[in-house]
Amino acid sequence: MLKVLKPGLYLTIQDLGRYGHRDIGVPIAGAMDVESVKKANLLLENDENDAVLEITMTGPTLQFDTDTYISLSGAHIAATLNNEPIDNYTVIQVHKGDILSYGRLEKGFRGYLAVKGGFQSEKLLNSRSQFYPVTKSARLKDGDEVPYEETKSYEPKISEVKIEEHFENSTLKVYKGPEFSLLSDEQLTAIFTKTYHVSKENNRMAYQISELIAEHSHTMLTSGTLPGTIQLTPAGRMIILMKDGQTTGGYPRILQLSEASISILAQKKYGDELRFKLI
Amino acid sequence: MKSYPISIKPYGERAVLVEWPKEVSESILADILDFMDAFKELKTPGWEMSVAYNTLTMVYNQDHIDFEDTKNMILECHEKQAKSKTERIQHLWTLPVCYDLEFGMDLEEASKVLGLSPEALIEQHTSYQYVVYGIGFLPGFMYLGGLPSHLEIPRRAEPRLKVPKGSVGLASKQTGIYPQDSPGGWNIIGNCPVDLFDPKKEDPCFVKVGDKIQFERISKAEYKLHKIEGEVGIYEPEKVVLNA
Repeated sequence: MLKVLKPGLYLTIQDLGRYGHRDIGVPIAGAMDVESVKKANLLLENDENDAVLEITMTGPTLQFDTDTYISLSGAHIAATLNNEPIDNYTVIQVHKGDILSYGRLEKGFRGYLAVKGGFQSEKLLNSRSQFYPVTKSARLKDGDEVPYEETKSYEPKISEVKIEEHFENSTLKVYKGPEFSLLSDEQLTAIFTKTYHVSKENNRMAYQISELIAEHSHTMLTSGTLPGTIQLTPAGRMIILMKDGQTTGGYPRILQLSEASISILAQKKYGDELRFKLI
Repeated sequence: MKSYPISIKPYGERAVLVEWPKEVSESILADILDFMDAFKELKTPGWEMSVAYNTLTMVYNQDHIDFEDTKNMILECHEKQAKSKTERIQHLWTLPVCYDLEFGMDLEEASKVLGLSPEALIEQHTSYQYVVYGIGFLPGFMYLGGLPSHLEIPRRAEPRLKVPKGSVGLASKQTGIYPQDSPGGWNIIGNCPVDLFDPKKEDPCFVKVGDKIQFERISKAEYKLHKIEGEVGIYEPEKVVLNA
């Protein structure tokens, strides 16, 4: 078991998501920055869908009760193992009783902790991703324990992965959304020429954009939404749905983020700059 | 039944949006469901489809798609669907609702706004069959159509931070049930003791798009009984098969 001594800001178990249930309103959930998760799992020769912990901004304090190997990826949050600094993208052996803790956030917003074989929490609707009410709770709290299997000795075969960190990249690539044609010239110019910022309202469900664009009065019948869908409210607020985002919505879907751009946005925090580029 | 014209739009790297004429109508919904049945007959695994009113969102989980190929496949299927109609089983579900003021905190206020007595509002709310036009917003949340215009009431000016699970509400052209605790701005007139979403069940949401819902008034004692039956897993909601 991995014991959560302190959870930090927002700690969850995530795999690559829960598919096949959007017709009953169940969001995909899953890791926000899929690229980073795949790399962490690759280093441990795990399946890319094996469950990891998603760490948000301030890191947790975690204690291992069984020997295993871990790898870290995503945001740089000054991780230490028994107070010794450790790096992202390396395979690290841990022993029973070891304590993993985190310090200051240096780059990015969401970090990942992978363990050899993946975390073994209960699968519900074919996924381990935490999402209430599919899972009992939305996130991990003090004292929670997350199961994993013991690995006494393991010779890592992959010593290095190609790291393409996207923390410096603030350009989100977008496709036209189903209601793209409703945008006025004024709105189009604003979207593709101005620089925007991440609002305080940002979480696993959605990222709102601080700056408003011109208002509109279009109405539509509720229709399907996806992670990465950018909705435009009548007041001119852009809302980018993320992995826990609802499966339907009633605001015009003006743009759709590329999948790679969802990973980029997942590493942005309040106040970070964003630009939009049409594919 | 005639087929309606459809349009198909790209929706990111692995999805398309198929749109039927922009109206809330049972015959459009039937055409969408016919299309889905026909598409499933093609046996192309990996496609996830979800309906909401006049649109169908189709997501291919396995890979990125080629839009033109996908569009052609959908158009071809839509053309053929009329010839190979499948029998679809649809249900009318009777869902119990307790309209006691303990649950229906807006019942008196809503009655005033609608110019009805609370008794008349309950009588009206329980006398119609509502069509399930989609499931979304929250797991197990049904978009219901068919509310008579004399029960249309605006959303509350101030949404509540927490509407309790099971709450039955009215808001403009819609009525429905909150399947879990949630923030919300609907006018709450009662509570339904039935779990509309249970991830532990093989079929976590027994209601399907195209089914119909009718509400049935129950007492507080019956409400408590159904709650307990639900907790121990012996409650079966009442259903009849509709002719598809």
